[in-house]
Amino acid sequence: MQGEPQATVESLNRGLPSAEVRPVSARRQVINLGDRIFYFITRSLGLSVIALALLLVWNLFNGAWESIRQFGLGFLIGTTWDPVTRVFSTLPTIIGTLVKGFIALTLAIPISIGSAIFISFYIPKWLRPILSYPIELLAGIPSIIFGMWALFAMVPVIRVIQIWLKANFGWFFLFDGPAVYGVGVLSGSVILAIMITPIITAISKEILLTVPREQIEGMLALGATKWEAIWQVALPYSRIGLFGAVILGLGRAIGETMAVTMVGGNSFAMIHSLFDPVHSMASQIASEFTEATYSLYTSSLIYVGLVLFAITIFISLLAQLLIWRLSKGKLAILD
Amino acid sequence: MNRHYRYRKFVEWANWVGMLCCISITVFFLVAILGYVIINGASSINWDFLTALPVPAGESGGGIANALVGSLLIVIVASVMALPIGIGAAVFINEFPSHGAGRSIRFLAEVLTGVPSIVVGLFAYSMVVKPWGGFSAFAGSVSYAFIMVPIILISAHEALRLVPDSLREASLALGVPKWRTIVGVVLPVSSRALITGVVLATSRALGEAAPMMFTAFGNSFWNLNMAKPMATVPLLIYTYATGPYEDWHRKAWAASFVLLMVVLVTSVLTRAFLRGKSNE
Amino acid sequence: MNSETYTMEDSFNSAQPVAVEKVAAASPAADTVRMRVEALSVYYGKFHAVKQVNLSIRTNKATALIGPSGCGKSTFLRCLNRMHELTPGARVDGKVLLDDQDLYGPGIDPVDVRRRVGMVFQKPNPFPNMSVHDNVIAGFKLNGTRDRKVLDEVVEKNLRGAALWDEVKDDLQKSGASLSGGQQQRLCIARALAVNPEVLLMDEPCSALDPIATAKIEELIHELKERVTIAIVTHNMQQAARVSDYTGFFYLGELVEFGETGKLFTSPEKRQTEDYITGRFG
Repeated sequence: MQGEPQATVESLNRGLPSAEVRPVSARRQVINLGDRIFYFITRSLGLSVIALALLLVWNLFNGAWESIRQFGLGFLIGTTWDPVTRVFSTLPTIIGTLVKGFIALTLAIPISIGSAIFISFYIPKWLRPILSYPIELLAGIPSIIFGMWALFAMVPVIRVIQIWLKANFGWFFLFDGPAVYGVGVLSGSVILAIMITPIITAISKEILLTVPREQIEGMLALGATKWEAIWQVALPYSRIGLFGAVILGLGRAIGETMAVTMVGGNSFAMIHSLFDPVHSMASQIASEFTEATYSLYTSSLIYVGLVLFAITIFISLLAQLLIWRLSKGKLAILD
Repeated sequence: MNRHYRYRKFVEWANWVGMLCCISITVFFLVAILGYVIINGASSINWDFLTALPVPAGESGGGIANALVGSLLIVIVASVMALPIGIGAAVFINEFPSHGAGRSIRFLAEVLTGVPSIVVGLFAYSMVVKPWGGFSAFAGSVSYAFIMVPIILISAHEALRLVPDSLREASLALGVPKWRTIVGVVLPVSSRALITGVVLATSRALGEAAPMMFTAFGNSFWNLNMAKPMATVPLLIYTYATGPYEDWHRKAWAASFVLLMVVLVTSVLTRAFLRGKSNE
Repeated sequence: MNSETYTMEDSFNSAQPVAVEKVAAASPAADTVRMRVEALSVYYGKFHAVKQVNLSIRTNKATALIGPSGCGKSTFLRCLNRMHELTPGARVDGKVLLDDQDLYGPGIDPVDVRRRVGMVFQKPNPFPNMSVHDNVIAGFKLNGTRDRKVLDEVVEKNLRGAALWDEVKDDLQKSGASLSGGQQQRLCIARALAVNPEVLLMDEPCSALDPIATAKIEELIHELKERVTIAIVTHNMQQAARVSDYTGFFYLGELVEFGETGKLFTSPEKRQTEDYITGRFG
């Protein structure tokens, strides 16, 4: 990617006038010993990341092999999980995981992007660190604490809401379930949404703040309102980063274990309503792994982990591909 | 175009209100959660709680000292493993872009942040626990390290990217070798964001209970041996919270309070440290 | 004398709709005054950046503002379209009258001011995520026009007006940021012209450009004068002498001298002016 247009985009993005970008000349690519050693070290560290990833995949396959050999791909579409008869399959948990994740994302995106825009553009500069700091703190709070709060504080409230919904709208299939449990898909999704909002907000805010001032001023100077400047310039400029933030959020939601295990309901069943207690893949592994008494059982749980891993990787890959399409191949992050 | 103009003004106002609601909701939940933990947890904290070992289930009294030490130990060992890889790889990607692998590594790291912590736990189980033949704190560290590497890598890479090329060029133009430029100019300039990234990664790892379930597993007794099971705070919270005893629930709140305070204090201290450093 | 002050909270951060008086555009006659500035003072916090400036900008003429760095000329310029108030801690006293209406008056919306008084910045800032085509109409579209045909016409008209049409007409869809520096600046000029401003402010528009690009833009200014009133800040005295009809010399926040360009450069009245022009200080 060394063509002239790239250089211009590059230089704009880094604040240099385009006419003054010159590639660092060969003379400066020093070949001295210090550089060589440094290069070797950093390259090894970089490549070790690849090695670790491969190691992870290999280990998962290895651990799941017994179950894969036994059940093959039918594991993914079957609906039986019975340690007694030694038959295992995961479709209900796959669906449970995805449903909770997407509901959480739907709830979280408007709140978090809206918050990020607010912090970045609608408050005076001195107020920004004051408002951002709590959000960053929230992003760093361990999931187990979210789980605690969800279990003891949120679930009772959700239970009340669920009972009300069922009483008034019980005809709607989503609300036609065991409302009194409190734990279930709705609780799981809501706590996930609460958990991923600060992450998405914090990252989005950082990204929005990197939109160059002169871009926004350029739009304002044309007679735009603040919102128009944000919508036409700031958001498109940062959409790649924003998307990345959202994907990070989704990934976290899908892979989240503790909070969902505590309030998502731990029942192996197909979802029928928002109130059903339904395992996610993570919560199933968490609940049963230490009770798995024979190797096929363990192996099947690892197989579930492998499926979870695959889904997560697929979502990540999908996001990256979409990002490529959005930026028409000029991906700033990978420059 | 007067009507359209009024419409534009309305849109402006409506969005402002919308944004305000968003931020209010976020702040509300923050306050609710923090408040709940503090109120419920702080009352059960006493010196005993922090320094004593757990008592048999159901009895009152006792503490979580072993879990506190255990968590600390495991995360320190994990950082030692993760930090060089994360930052080293980020340096490689950003400062040596001519090597094609950089893009793949960054891509990979992005993808790896999405690996659920429980899967990482399974990985550590297969890699360390199974061959070793038993649960161990070291396995726990391995799982934490695996979680931390991509987070550190990405935030470090972003931090390095923000360092303007003009700084590097200025240093190189003075005849400073590349590695020295990186170590002496680029890294210090971006140290603020680098450290923030590492701290976020550490905090994130520290609070992960899931991988501990089948690596360090937990221990009711005092243990400093990395090769044996070790108690950790988050897993202890989970065990107590989902257990049947009222006393356990109280202890879970108290332990949550401690964990929360550790996370908050770490965050505040790092910030103060960063602010001081950037003033130089 | 108007002594109302406007802080940032009043304008940029105010999300409450302010009652708007739409200023009726007057039709300018030759050598009439388009914008008149009365006793304008600008403060950054405690720092008094611009001190009690009075000057007039004449219709369909180019007025240059010169002076050494830091003398307040850019700050002054940015007050003319109320961009200065985007800076935290900025405060403005005095009046800026466009066709006899005070742009800082109560009930005047800065958004409207900025449409009527356009600006071209020192560093070209085309929107990188938009094509050349979309860049030109970025401001124009805000009035709600959707008709593709109208938009395309506006694009062509203003690209021609900015002497850029021939260079980009074959590929209007390429990114606005992929042009050369000089082309980008002309794109920004086209974009500013597309909203039909009455006055065009240019803040050192050529300082980031090479001499050839600079020459093109200076030539363009001569043409643009017929359509729009121009106020240009420049640190390049020769440029001021080349393009402007009137020149104001700023020093340490004060307007030291103002007059017809020819006269100011050949027989300045004030000693300071003469010293600056002859290069005794820069």
